[in-house]
Amino acid sequence: MNEVARRPGGRFVPLAIFAALVVFFVIGLVWNQTHDARFVPSPLIDKPAPAFRLPRLENPTQFVTKADMLGKPYLINVFASWCFACGDEHPVLMAYRDKFGIPLIGYDYKDAPQDARAWLQRHGDPYHEVITDQSGDTAINFGVYGAPETYLIDAKGIIRYKHIGPLTPEVIAKDLEPKIHALAQEGT
Amino acid sequence: MKRLLALALLAFALTLSVNAFAIDPLPFQNTAQRDRFQHLTRELRCMVCQDESLLASNADFAKQLRRQIFDMMQQGKSDREIKDWLVARYSTFILYDPPLAPATLALWFGTPAIALAGVIVVIVLLRRRTRPASTIAEEPGDDW
Repeated sequence: MNEVARRPGGRFVPLAIFAALVVFFVIGLVWNQTHDARFVPSPLIDKPAPAFRLPRLENPTQFVTKADMLGKPYLINVFASWCFACGDEHPVLMAYRDKFGIPLIGYDYKDAPQDARAWLQRHGDPYHEVITDQSGDTAINFGVYGAPETYLIDAKGIIRYKHIGPLTPEVIAKDLEPKIHALAQEGT
Repeated sequence: MKRLLALALLAFALTLSVNAFAIDPLPFQNTAQRDRFQHLTRELRCMVCQDESLLASNADFAKQLRRQIFDMMQQGKSDREIKDWLVARYSTFILYDPPLAPATLALWFGTPAIALAGVIVVIVLLRRRTRPASTIAEEPGDDW
């Protein structure tokens, strides 16, 4: 009497193990397709935005601080003239700047001011205000690690939402606009 | 002989890659501080180029964070304080050595659990196999 005859179905054990492995591989593949490892959730959501004091692009002798911005919600969009994906995002910002209903602040990240000015002149300026962070030190406090990034900050200076990568009409409709509406509902 | 040579070359190449870290002219006070810096930044992930450490990466982001970490060391901050400072901004993702937390339980214990399950399966199969020893010995071969 051999082993297979002794335990009917025993020869299917390897097949079952193989099938289980296939299931794991498929789960891994699907996970990789739907999750971008570059986009790491920020630990700063629902925490106060870091204090900042940054010069305006148009007039570097004037500074914008976090305290200046308190009292109304606003968006900060981190961009740079050297940032390729920012060029993809730019037309979307142009189309939506007046639809957000709150100010859109450009955050020029590690960029030469003249390059940023030339870039905005060439493509158009979607921002209500542009502040510059040439060293990128303040950006570290925001947890910036790649442009473009977009932050929604409420009237109390709390970061309510962050999007890493270019804003798209889909992202705006699905994530950003509901958050902005929710802020309006709160009355903050 | 050829194989030995190839092995030696491979080992040499590996040591090279271990030592290949981006060089910044950071004015360390002594070698102990430099070693501490290298040890710390080797455990931290460059967020831009995610498979590189802050020590090894040549990305602008890594350079800047190395500078910040260096400055914090000069201010007498401990490794723990520096790591907490980074985690507050970039989440625990920046640590190559993930902390033990509910979200990382599967990461810490998943592999040992699967390995343990495998060992149990092997033991059970071997026991079943050795029991009827006389019949197994007569079999011409194993089918899997």
